[in-house]
Amino acid sequence: MTKSILLCGVGGQGTVKASRIIALSGMEAGLNARTAETIGMAQRGGSVVSHVRISDQPIFSPLIPKHTADVLIAFEPAEAVRCIDYVKDDGVIIVNKKAVTPVTASLSGSSYDGTEAIKYLQDNFSHVKVIDGDAICEKCGSDKVLNIALLAGAAASGELGITVDGLKDAIRKQLPQKTHEMNLKAVDIVTEG
Amino acid sequence: MKELMLGNKAVARGLYEAGCCYVSSYPGTPSTEITEEAVKYDDIYCEWAPNEKVAMESVFGASLAGRRAFCGMKHVGLNVAADPLFTMSYTGVNGGVVIGVADDAGMHSSQNEQDSRHHAIASKIPMLEPSDSEEALEFTKLAYEISEKYDTPVLLKMCTRVSHSQSIVETSDRVEPAPKPYEKNIAKNVMTPANAIRRHPIVEERTKKLIEYAETAPINRVEMGGTDLGIITSSTSYQYVKEVFGDSVSILKLGMANPLPNKLILDFASKVKKLAVVEELDPIIENHCKALGLEVSGKDILPICGEFSQNIIRKAFGVKVPEGPSIDDEIPVRPPAMCSGCPHRGMFYTLKKNNCIVMGDIGCYTLGSAAPLNAMDMTLCMGASISATHGFNKASKGEYEHKTVAVIGDSTFAHSGMTGLADAAYNQSNSTVIVLDNSITGMTGHQQNPLTGKNIKGEPAGQINLEALCHAMGINRVVVVDPYDLDQCDKVLKEELAADELSVIISRRPCVLLKEVKKNPPESVDPDKCVGCKSCMRIGCPSISIKGGKAHIDDTLCVGCGVCNQMCKFGAISLTGKEDR
Repeated sequence: MTKSILLCGVGGQGTVKASRIIALSGMEAGLNARTAETIGMAQRGGSVVSHVRISDQPIFSPLIPKHTADVLIAFEPAEAVRCIDYVKDDGVIIVNKKAVTPVTASLSGSSYDGTEAIKYLQDNFSHVKVIDGDAICEKCGSDKVLNIALLAGAAASGELGITVDGLKDAIRKQLPQKTHEMNLKAVDIVTEG
Repeated sequence: MKELMLGNKAVARGLYEAGCCYVSSYPGTPSTEITEEAVKYDDIYCEWAPNEKVAMESVFGASLAGRRAFCGMKHVGLNVAADPLFTMSYTGVNGGVVIGVADDAGMHSSQNEQDSRHHAIASKIPMLEPSDSEEALEFTKLAYEISEKYDTPVLLKMCTRVSHSQSIVETSDRVEPAPKPYEKNIAKNVMTPANAIRRHPIVEERTKKLIEYAETAPINRVEMGGTDLGIITSSTSYQYVKEVFGDSVSILKLGMANPLPNKLILDFASKVKKLAVVEELDPIIENHCKALGLEVSGKDILPICGEFSQNIIRKAFGVKVPEGPSIDDEIPVRPPAMCSGCPHRGMFYTLKKNNCIVMGDIGCYTLGSAAPLNAMDMTLCMGASISATHGFNKASKGEYEHKTVAVIGDSTFAHSGMTGLADAAYNQSNSTVIVLDNSITGMTGHQQNPLTGKNIKGEPAGQINLEALCHAMGINRVVVVDPYDLDQCDKVLKEELAADELSVIISRRPCVLLKEVKKNPPESVDPDKCVGCKSCMRIGCPSISIKGGKAHIDDTLCVGCGVCNQMCKFGAISLTGKEDR
């Protein structure tokens, strides 16, 4: 089993943390794990991408070749579309509903709100799950649960290489104790709701 | 113990395990985390130096004192440190010296994509080149053994995809080598011509011995597979080749980029029908093979610019490339931008408004070149803003000096802006220099520097008084402004541009992302007052957009800096809560 998971979003949204949670969980389950992330200049509100690969076989490059990702976890709708050519034909797409308007779009006065991007994903792929990150964050009382909510969506798809219970274990083992309750709640909302 | 580690963190772990006790670096993406991780080990003294040259020279001193030492930098940083590098090759070491250099193929965060292997060849210093975190740890330790055995500094070449990727490593305990005693040795350590003349042949002999070492070193390994094609490769390229070809080809994986093993290469070539070299950036291994008389392909089928990927290699060798859906429609680009509340924004708006020629420098403020501000005319390298402004003004005999400014951040000023300012002061430049003092090294992720008053651990440290420094250089006009105050910025800029002598404007306000900086409640727009003129959009703040013809401020991003409400002639923008700025 080899799983290639691409995470994308806007600098500061927590993609790096999420990729580490997946990779660490893989390692703890006795699998090989590799990641590659965008760190540095592009963090300043720019597009960011993290590659994660976990496997029971040796993994060579951490980078996922285009058209081969099993799962795309998008923290922002336009970023999902930007990375769409990484996803394989029957890949799973987990996408946050909330759009972050790029400054360039604001300046040109275009009315980007993410709905077109999500419609494109739904029209072209059969496994798309839209997560209302804002609503879940509000219910859990913190905007820091967005990455766990998206990971929960991916875990529930069965394609992440980590089960929903495995994700809950990872939360308990890897995250600070005071954040356990809200993160576990986010998992429950996504997987039961 | 097994751990999932970033490549840079694995280097730091290697430093710890090898008994390194002195680290001095200047931050630079993608090398920064090596030093940020090393400082977490109490057994290693760590510091940020003002620049890479200073870092490397201090490492030379630490080595003379008999201790294992390290300095880390990005590829362009090695240019700054090239002076000590080339002569440390002659002196050799006492305690082992490892120099970490991180290349940035693809220029994720750099102004060029030079190949650091040229520096290793030119300075005749051995270079190791890990391909993942595990090798990063092991090669760091090996580098100290090579350094002390062969009496040479050793370069450890990282790259973005090794530095900034995580993989599993096996950690072990620290070995604490006994410090070597310092012994005075004029012939070895005082590089006057007479002594250096005797050292050069020793360097050439050393290279011969290192080639012998490279012939059998386990880090240069042959993985025999199919013999129709043999590929010589290194670093991340090895990972791509392995993923694409598996065992269907034979591979010579070089862990040592300099010097290269002649016999090993010739022997490998003799066992395969066709030979190819897969290496990012310049054709260094390829040209070496050609010099050995081998027929080899490389840059004839692979790009010289940018990063490789599995699919680039598949295409080059005629292997089927995975296909699938892709999108032709344009997606709005999302380039990095100055943050909401960035103190640089007010000054850059003022420069644009005054139609200044802006000589830029390296840092977050280079983003002042982006739309809608577009307030930059030149960015070259660290420190060039001030020296280039001086040359521009002197050569043009005053034609441009009343509208030209240099902009440089506090960390970059300490790095190499001070010497440019000395030139301007000494040669009586009529230039205007703006030091954008946000009290931190911003772009690389908040490192302390000699102007912040804190050391690498955030503890109180020495602090350069910028105003006093300028006065000490003989500069009379030194003014401090608050970049959140647009009227003040405009007034002072006009005065200093008009002055017929060198002046320094210190635009001072700490980076808004610093934890200790208090944020204001967000601004809000009164829709009854907003006429939709978009004046507030001219500062390029990510918090502001137009919705339904009126300005809209994203209250999750806005930190209430108040620059936009100074832009509004209709008084439509105000702070939501109590103003306590």
